[in-house]
Amino acid sequence: MQFYSRRKKLIGNSQTEQLYGHCLQFYGQPPIENISLSEFETFAVDRLKLLKTVENLGVSYVKTSELYTKKLDADFSNLNFPYKIEASTKDDRKPQTGPSEYEKRRKDHISHFILRLAYCQTEDLRRWFIQQEIDLFRYRFNDLPSKNIQDFLQYNNLHYHTISIDEKKNLMDKLITSSFAVSGSTVEGQDFYKVPFQDALDLVRTRKVYLNGGYVYIPHQDIVTIVLNDFRTRLSKALALTARSLPAVQSDERLQPLLNHLSHAYVGQDYSIQKSIGKISLEQIDPLSAKSYPLCMRQLHRGLRDSHHLRHGGRMQYGLFLKGIGLTLDQALQFWRSEFVKGKVDADKFDKAYAYSIRHMFGKEGKRTDYTPYSCMKVILSNPPSQGDQHGCPFRHSDPELLKQKLQSYKVSPSGISQILELVKGMHYQLACQKYFELTHSIEDSWFSLNHPNQYFMESQKLLGGPGAGVKVEVKREDNPATKPPNPSPHQTPGPGNLPQEVAAEITEDLDSFFQDA
Amino acid sequence: MNHNCGCQPPINPTEEEEEEEGNSGQLSEFRAHSNVRQRTAGTFSYQHFRINQYICITSEMTTADYDQASLPDLLPLYYRRLFPFSQYHRWLNYGGVTKNYFQNREFSFTLKDDIYVRYQSFSTQNELEKEMQKMNPYKIDIGAVYSHRPNQHNTVKSGSFQALEKELVFDIDMTDYDDVRSCCSGADICPKCWTLMTIAIRILDRALRDDFGFRHCLWVYSGRRGVHCWVCDEAARKLSVAARSAVAEYLSLVKGGDETVRKVVLSDPIHPFITESLTVVEHYFSQYALLGQDILGSKESVDKVLALLPEDVRKKLLQYFQTEKNPEMRWDTLRSMAQDKRTTAKKGHYFEMEIMLQYCYPRLDVNVSKGVNHLLKSPFSVHPKTGRISVPIDLRELDRFDPFEVPTISLICEELDQPKTEEEQDDTMENENKKEAGERRKMRDYKRTSLAKYVKVFDNFLEGMAHSRKGEVLKNSDLQKDF
Repeated sequence: MQFYSRRKKLIGNSQTEQLYGHCLQFYGQPPIENISLSEFETFAVDRLKLLKTVENLGVSYVKTSELYTKKLDADFSNLNFPYKIEASTKDDRKPQTGPSEYEKRRKDHISHFILRLAYCQTEDLRRWFIQQEIDLFRYRFNDLPSKNIQDFLQYNNLHYHTISIDEKKNLMDKLITSSFAVSGSTVEGQDFYKVPFQDALDLVRTRKVYLNGGYVYIPHQDIVTIVLNDFRTRLSKALALTARSLPAVQSDERLQPLLNHLSHAYVGQDYSIQKSIGKISLEQIDPLSAKSYPLCMRQLHRGLRDSHHLRHGGRMQYGLFLKGIGLTLDQALQFWRSEFVKGKVDADKFDKAYAYSIRHMFGKEGKRTDYTPYSCMKVILSNPPSQGDQHGCPFRHSDPELLKQKLQSYKVSPSGISQILELVKGMHYQLACQKYFELTHSIEDSWFSLNHPNQYFMESQKLLGGPGAGVKVEVKREDNPATKPPNPSPHQTPGPGNLPQEVAAEITEDLDSFFQDA
Repeated sequence: MNHNCGCQPPINPTEEEEEEEGNSGQLSEFRAHSNVRQRTAGTFSYQHFRINQYICITSEMTTADYDQASLPDLLPLYYRRLFPFSQYHRWLNYGGVTKNYFQNREFSFTLKDDIYVRYQSFSTQNELEKEMQKMNPYKIDIGAVYSHRPNQHNTVKSGSFQALEKELVFDIDMTDYDDVRSCCSGADICPKCWTLMTIAIRILDRALRDDFGFRHCLWVYSGRRGVHCWVCDEAARKLSVAARSAVAEYLSLVKGGDETVRKVVLSDPIHPFITESLTVVEHYFSQYALLGQDILGSKESVDKVLALLPEDVRKKLLQYFQTEKNPEMRWDTLRSMAQDKRTTAKKGHYFEMEIMLQYCYPRLDVNVSKGVNHLLKSPFSVHPKTGRISVPIDLRELDRFDPFEVPTISLICEELDQPKTEEEQDDTMENENKKEAGERRKMRDYKRTSLAKYVKVFDNFLEGMAHSRKGEVLKNSDLQKDF
């Protein structure tokens, strides 16, 4: 894969038209032109804002719903990315205010590749980047009229075989009952593609398609999921390759600070650096659990006290939370051991089987990763609880009836409970938890935007003036851009040229404040 | 001679486990009268797809007083004379098609005193044998095929050592059904609730075969309270994490933890997979759930079932149940109420199907199936707590499979000492010329024990795979016009 060549290259108009012939792309080829540092920075920041928006909307709204699309539309146009296909036809007729379609596509192209550099380094970053890019792609693909879809498929060499009319007739019943969207007329009117199930995992996972002999049968209208999978695979491989070529890019001192800043701005508030280590004693945990724990942790704590045991998912979620509120490793070991010993586990067995994993959580075993406490996103989206589990997000995973009973037992007012249930119905789980915070702390409005259980705890402690409030949120930053001397490079590009230091610092500060709000 | 016996529920050995006290009423009674001795009884008879009669095997023959403390003496014998190394290697070598496939496979051993060692790997079958005979592991787990030899993973540049392939696996554990079985709980099982495993195997095997096109599924009894499935097709071994997770989700219908009451929610349209699975459940439902588990009998059970129904139906049924006490009649009425609702209301009401699925449909742990590097108990491993060998299950005889019939290590070690029967002596003469003395003896040895028939099942499975491989080779050479 080629990276930004510092050689000057003139790109003629015809070539660029070919390059950006379609408003949507798989980002197969990296850009091969020169750009200024300011453009580099602006493009990257804009795309990151876009992806962050995609992420936030994705948690609160169903990804294909109208509300989601409308909100995303608005943000899209604000950030000057290509999204509406009609714009390209309007190019010749009306004079355009603002960037042209071509410029928007170029920005889309280049910004994607810049973010690849920033997000290829760790598994977590890669996963996040891929998830948002996929959601973005899905949104834009769904927007394409069908002719453009055909074009796109052809352009990208996706050949999926259609089944014969006879076969369609034989499978008619099965095809109709497999998918809500498929009716008799769909079967008759559209082509059905036979696709290996590995290429259509989303459809298989949700059982929205007819599966037989390892093949799924997909109507033409649903081809998007397949395309998405293809995109995901390509992007995943590309990121792995990018990571290996990264050292060459990182040696460029102009880029290094920005790239680091981009990826760490996301990681920002991970509650792995605490200032209140050891300020919480074990006796305080019970009262704290009633006052300052978010509902998920209160449930886990209750479960632990009641049955003197938690399963793996619960131990991870709660154990890391405890680490985040400031428990030391020794305290944690004492805490878990004393509880488990009351149950069916003797001290010896505890030391053999469970102590290891607690030490693992604190980064003292195995590959010594210091695991970070789970964010709300992680709790809500991954590892749903099953029979016998206590972990997860109660607003997301509990039966509404049981949730109601639980809230009643915690003395939440009936009007408060119905407000919470409304939010849950609308799938606003974090807002529901925030409401719970407001009701249990008797305040009107919470000033923060909840996205992490440890954040809940910290805010609560701040309000109540408790020992856990000493936690300071540190945004990880390896280089402070403001203190780096400007780099006189012999290959100055013409145009705006190098940014003066103050402006560079400003941009990065804006970036910071944008993410602090989130 | 075939006979059905009036069977008593079995006693399971006591365990010091994390589970709560089982509330299996009859079992506790038996436990009070015995000292930790395992006693089994014959199997219940059910009417299934085929009506068969059972050979009722009495206790003494299958268990021979297993005691965990004797493992250090039994294991060396097992690994020297009984463990089917040749077949085992044949399996994991997969025809030698891919270079170093066996050599790069991770094994993990649990040794005496709970010492756990990972990243074991072996160059040849012989090396595997020697090592196992030296270490005498209590438990053996099989992991993934890696990019390098696992026992050299420390020498590999970090990041390069990767899990590449592994069978697609499933783990069905009886504990996950505690909320819907009344006969046992925790690690206990009995012939009544074992039907759940039968149902699980039927449903999942059909889906893996018909829907996913997998042809080589090895089902294994875990040794205590569940079953494992190893899907060995090449395509299955190459599946990504996302693909495994998708397959597991496709196969999952029962969702939710303790906090969820209604764990199965069906809506229009009903996917063919659900229809097929329901067909299986229906065959067993009356005998298993209505009769065996008595879900519409006692007040407590009835309440649990009713909690899954819409309000109006629940009220009507409560009233109806005042007079009608027969579970079959109760169920018929419940069922027809569902059918009525479907014809009148706009939305689909499938509550009778949801109930059947919640009580009977397989519950799998998605996390076990997801990971390419996940370690799972090996077939022919011994279960330390019960002494039973993890044996392959013959799907052609699925309804007759009885977990309490599965031989323990103490039994088969004892059988080794028994004098040879006449037919075995003839057999011996035949094979004299064929192989080396040591191998001969090994072949004869397990054949003399109750383990033999399970090794045969394994052999058939391996034959099937070899056959497929041959077919592939022919197909490829045809394609290349290589006659």
